[in-house]
Amino acid sequence: MPRIRLLLLALGLAAAVSVCAEEAQIAVAANFTAPMKAIIALFEDDTGHSVKVSFGSTGKLYAQIKNGAPFEALLAADQRRPELLEEEGVGVPGSRFTYAIGSLALWSADAEKVEDGPALLESGDFNKLSIANPKLAPYGEAAVETLEALGQKAEVEPKLVMGENIAQTYQFIDTGNADIGFVALSQVMKDGEIVKGSGWIVPSEMHAPINQDALILNSGKDNPAVTELFAYLQGEKAEAIIHDFGYETE
Amino acid sequence: MWLTETDLEAIWLTLRLATVTTLILFIVATPVAWWLARTRSRWKGPIGAVVALPLVLPPSVLGFYLLVAMGPNGPVGQLTQSLGIGLLPFTFWGLVVASVFYSFPFMVQPVQNAFESIGDRPLEAAATLRASPLDRFFSVALPLSLPGFVTAGILTFAHTVGEFGVVLMIGGNIPGVTRVASVQIYDYVEALEYGNAHRLAAVMLVFSFLVLLALYVWNPGAKKR
Repeated sequence: MPRIRLLLLALGLAAAVSVCAEEAQIAVAANFTAPMKAIIALFEDDTGHSVKVSFGSTGKLYAQIKNGAPFEALLAADQRRPELLEEEGVGVPGSRFTYAIGSLALWSADAEKVEDGPALLESGDFNKLSIANPKLAPYGEAAVETLEALGQKAEVEPKLVMGENIAQTYQFIDTGNADIGFVALSQVMKDGEIVKGSGWIVPSEMHAPINQDALILNSGKDNPAVTELFAYLQGEKAEAIIHDFGYETE
Repeated sequence: MWLTETDLEAIWLTLRLATVTTLILFIVATPVAWWLARTRSRWKGPIGAVVALPLVLPPSVLGFYLLVAMGPNGPVGQLTQSLGIGLLPFTFWGLVVASVFYSFPFMVQPVQNAFESIGDRPLEAAATLRASPLDRFFSVALPLSLPGFVTAGILTFAHTVGEFGVVLMIGGNIPGVTRVASVQIYDYVEALEYGNAHRLAAVMLVFSFLVLLALYVWNPGAKKR
């Protein structure tokens, strides 16, 4: 029966194609938006898989995952949340690794505003200081630690405005509604340079290191698109992109 | 006390915002509602549609436009700066301006309906008794449409209390200034403080129910008809 054989062949081909090109649905911390988009574009070209990404604050993504969000992996902005998920049995044990170490920048959309960061903070010559909500976002926590290290926390308190995540923090400054603010260096850096406005890169000893961990979640355990993406993230191509945006890697 | 101090601060701020917004809208929205109810202009359709826009627009659209417009490079921001008020985002009055836009149709539409249901005859009768247009409005139209104003006031107040997306986009989450109850609950949920979230959420639920109950039980307009 040649027709049946043909049908079987077609079915077999369809199955083979679907095995090759899988879809991954992952959650990514807002600060890693730009590099992740670049990495995914390369990854999709190289492997044929497709990746759907939801960006948000690590705190929100964690809460969503705990409550059954259909993500197969998490790229967090910290180490704590992926660790917790691993302990709580939501993530795949042993899949966790540090994909990037973040840097903080005091940034303004005005090209002349930020020359000497600490001096500017001390002078109080700004209308608002935008930071990410330290309760939810690791970059917010690092911002508060930096202010404490500079002894400026109490002084700037009345001028603080908080973004729900680091993307909104950036947007408050970018629209000019806040003169300055602490953003992720990756948001303002491209090819190793600050591309817009003016900024001061906060020395890493002023805050606890922002180690950003990734974790495969249980639902993504058997999805080749997810496991290959994790291998890809640790490869040279991805690493080059990650460095371009001002992150360190281990 | 099982609500924290910051919760009470958030509730107090929310009530203040809703009250101020409602009072401003009584003044701003009434002439618009009157015009929409009485006019035969061909602009009635387009203006009515613009007034209804916030009913349909996602709060993120409104929040985005307001953030850009009220920023230092936006038209509203340049106006407020030249008037010496400074910038509106991240301030209480910024939230008031946003809420006035956001709740506009909730005030206009019930009032407009009330004005329309009066019909022409009472006003014509008043006119034959030589009542001036202003007199006709204040002595005839206003008392007759009082139930519409009550409905509109309650709806506007409740809708402003329930505001979230716009506040999140232009508020900056400042305690006592822009951190309203809905944002406070969102913060709790995100920080996994579900106990705190439950308490404040329950307060909001009971409050909203009571407001709507008041609206549905006390509805003199419906009884008359």
